[in-house]
Amino acid sequence: MQVVGKARRRVDGRAKVVGQLRFADDLALPRMVHCKLLRSPHAHAEIESIDISRAEMHPGVHLVLTGKDFPIPFGIMPVALDEHALARERVRFVGDPVAAVVAKDEATALEAAERIEVKYRLLPTIATPQEALAHPETRIHDYGEQGNIHRNQAYEFGDVAEALAKADHVFDDVFFYEGNTHLPMEQQASLAAVEGDGKLTLSTSTQNPHYLHRQLARVLQMPASQIRVIATPNGGAFGGKCDPANHEMVVSKAALILGRPVKICLTREEVFYQHRGRHPVLMRMRTGVTKDGRLTGMHLQTLLDGGAYGSHGPASTFYTGVLTPVTYELPRFRFEACRVFTNKPPCGPKRGHGTPQPRFGQEVQLDKIAEKLRLDPAEMRMRMVTKADSLTANWLKIGSTGLAECIRKVVEISGWKDKHRKLPAGRGVGLACSAYMCGAGVSIYWNKMPHSGVQLLLDRSGQVTVLCGATEIGQGSDDVLAAIVAEVLGISTVDVRVLTGDTGLTPVDLGSYSSRVTVMVGNAAMQAAGRVRDLIVAAAAEQLDTLPGRVILSQGRVFAAEDSNKAMSFVEAVALAETKFGTLGAVGSYSPPKAPGRYKGAGVGPSPAYSFSACVVEAEVDPDTGWITVPRIWIAHDLGRSINPVHARGQVIGGVYMGLGEALMEEQVFRRLPPKLSSALVHRIPSMLEYKSITSLDMPEVEVALIEDPDPNCPFGAKEAGQGPLLPVMPAVANAIHDAVGVRIDELPITPDKVLAALALKAQGKEPRIGPEKFPHVPYPQPMFVLPPWEGGDGNELKKPARKTAGVAAS
Amino acid sequence: MSAVARVEHRPNVHLSLRVNGEEVEVSFAPYKTLLEVLREDLGLTGTKHGCELGECGTCAVLVDGEPLLSCLTLAIECEGRSVETIEGLARGTELHPLQAAFADHGGSQCGYCTPGVIMTAKALLDREPNPSRERIKEATAGNLCRCTGYNQIVESIEHAAKEMRSCK
Repeated sequence: MQVVGKARRRVDGRAKVVGQLRFADDLALPRMVHCKLLRSPHAHAEIESIDISRAEMHPGVHLVLTGKDFPIPFGIMPVALDEHALARERVRFVGDPVAAVVAKDEATALEAAERIEVKYRLLPTIATPQEALAHPETRIHDYGEQGNIHRNQAYEFGDVAEALAKADHVFDDVFFYEGNTHLPMEQQASLAAVEGDGKLTLSTSTQNPHYLHRQLARVLQMPASQIRVIATPNGGAFGGKCDPANHEMVVSKAALILGRPVKICLTREEVFYQHRGRHPVLMRMRTGVTKDGRLTGMHLQTLLDGGAYGSHGPASTFYTGVLTPVTYELPRFRFEACRVFTNKPPCGPKRGHGTPQPRFGQEVQLDKIAEKLRLDPAEMRMRMVTKADSLTANWLKIGSTGLAECIRKVVEISGWKDKHRKLPAGRGVGLACSAYMCGAGVSIYWNKMPHSGVQLLLDRSGQVTVLCGATEIGQGSDDVLAAIVAEVLGISTVDVRVLTGDTGLTPVDLGSYSSRVTVMVGNAAMQAAGRVRDLIVAAAAEQLDTLPGRVILSQGRVFAAEDSNKAMSFVEAVALAETKFGTLGAVGSYSPPKAPGRYKGAGVGPSPAYSFSACVVEAEVDPDTGWITVPRIWIAHDLGRSINPVHARGQVIGGVYMGLGEALMEEQVFRRLPPKLSSALVHRIPSMLEYKSITSLDMPEVEVALIEDPDPNCPFGAKEAGQGPLLPVMPAVANAIHDAVGVRIDELPITPDKVLAALALKAQGKEPRIGPEKFPHVPYPQPMFVLPPWEGGDGNELKKPARKTAGVAAS
Repeated sequence: MSAVARVEHRPNVHLSLRVNGEEVEVSFAPYKTLLEVLREDLGLTGTKHGCELGECGTCAVLVDGEPLLSCLTLAIECEGRSVETIEGLARGTELHPLQAAFADHGGSQCGYCTPGVIMTAKALLDREPNPSRERIKEATAGNLCRCTGYNQIVESIEHAAKEMRSCK
């Protein structure tokens, strides 16, 4: 291959280093006016009245909007349309937008916003899932399962009670994973304008222009064909720009009313309120193992703190369990999950979406199992990795897997065998593995249309233009598109022009989420390029007097395999094809394969392919201060094939970085103000200085091994690299700290104070563990029972199971 | 939602700045930061912002060769001083070695922090042509990046330093 697998400057690389890449806030239009949002200072209150008259009269103000202007609710998921662009009767978290001012400049808009008088009637606030369950009478939403339970579900794949009863050991652990946020460097910005043709254009920092397009049409009550959404290059996203956002609705409406371009850029503080980040998750994991360390069954219970709105919550809830059985052979699996509303900024998808939390729990628990059974954690895992072309207990189809090779490789390059349980006191190594999906198998809204579409345009000049709805969020999706097309057509990525993320010009692609771009966009691009190649080959074969099957396209040349003197340039061949067939172009599309699971809920988890990772972290712990230093991390990631190894490696290191931050310091946490200050539930740290993230000085060197085991479902075999490599880092850190100082920190982030507290327990001869003590009673429903594939199941729910009833949810 | 300081409406100031080697006349409200004047009044949107509070390093530019956070610098303080931004780095269409290295070695993913990092790195390499990895990390520690995990930023700066030394 000439392009795929070769280190190259990415197609959008130059624009980024010369300052020419235009992010949303870099856009400006003639007659543009500016928008600011007034946000709620209360975590939970009824809006009794809003008086905007003083704001409207303020000089320089063009428009003031309130909830009355937005009667239609929206949300990313059809089952959770629970947001209004501006709050109508009620605010549900500090930062919930209440009104918007459009003025000649930002300063004027802010001044006017201060003149809006909102009368609130304060309501009791819910700070935690435990409070949410205990106080169903303080209902945050009037929809959902009951009280403050948004989603509540239970599945059982085989009789887990029996599997645990027959196990040699049952490990019962409770873990907590604190919430954290994406913290993209770019604050969200949007510019809406009514174009000369009377249609609305919204240029905005979004990962999902297609879903936003649909929600805009809904909220504005306009035909979608009258709206064009342009996803500007995202300055980092990590899941935080997936949801359609209030400010996007507001500026669109304002532009339609005023007939002038309206722009907004959130402040950094507002980005913390927009959030949609990692759900805080409390989890209990009861796992049966044989004496040689094989799993017999697992009962996983999760409790998600959803924050104030639905967001991706229904999917997030599933993801706290469904991918758990993908890494290791797990004969039986029971999974109960509950998401509750609280009066905090809404949680949603962040890199790994719901999967890092149970992955942390499982990999730390496996470390405890290996310790107890006196097994090597790497060898124990190696013996039970899932096999290629197999099914999991919950009916996910695994295609290729390089997990065993990942473990072997990371053990080798880290010197694991010479380090684990062998380093001097205060130093240790920890290992963990993971798996992730390469694109969600089902769209966010039900339909049978393609998940990704690509259109190719070529003409006699030899130029090749790729159009696709995919969104460049920094991960390199434009480069993947260009590389795949260039590889198929035997040209260079320099010869390809890429136009993406524009609902007015590009075919629908669902967006940059669930690590779907390389596989889905790539497959669509391969199909389109293949169709164009067929036309070029047919025309060239005639001219070269050879058979189409003998025509080779390579390095900008088109020639006959038997005689390379029978040749022409790519440009000449394109002109011949245009002569023969007329105007040249082709489309390609991609839909994921149908998943084998047939039970209700089987749509979350299936993917065309899964990536796998194994990671070793080395940690040093200062016993006097509890300070943790991570000098080095080794990670092997099975990505099928790298399209561009420089940037594949960059994705892996970036994932490791974010995981390390979550392991050691990142947390989106809240505190209650004292009663004399309204008891409001406020964000503890809505600033970049106080929301601690890793700097260049803290970041260790990461040694990356890319494991290439091409997957037949993927373009040139390439799987994802953007999310999977984050997953094993947090548990590997926790396991390394245990190896270093013999304490278990079963909650994230692992901060020095927790390490010191655990060391103090150890010194007192108590169990050296810091973490949640118990899992609360959660009223999970009766589980849906599905037989695993190896117990004769057909993937459907077993309505009348010929089995003894499994025990009700343990409390 | 928080109390907003009243902006006093004073007449614009009118002054000359030396930006990327060119004298520019610009008129702006006196409270404006260098960041705002560069982006809003001079159309130089290559300089980005991540917090406007001096926390993230995204808006770093060079003032008289020193990296400075343009969000914390009043533009009127820059009269008669030399301001360098990312737009001034390339010579025509030829990239500065730092720009080429960031594009080729993964130093830039989403590209949003990139201008600030490159300008900070330029100040370092102008003074220290052969810095150690530790020194590079130290010099760029004020520039937050959420994409790269920094390893490839450091490598890009090393590549550029090598290239710049070989060109001398």
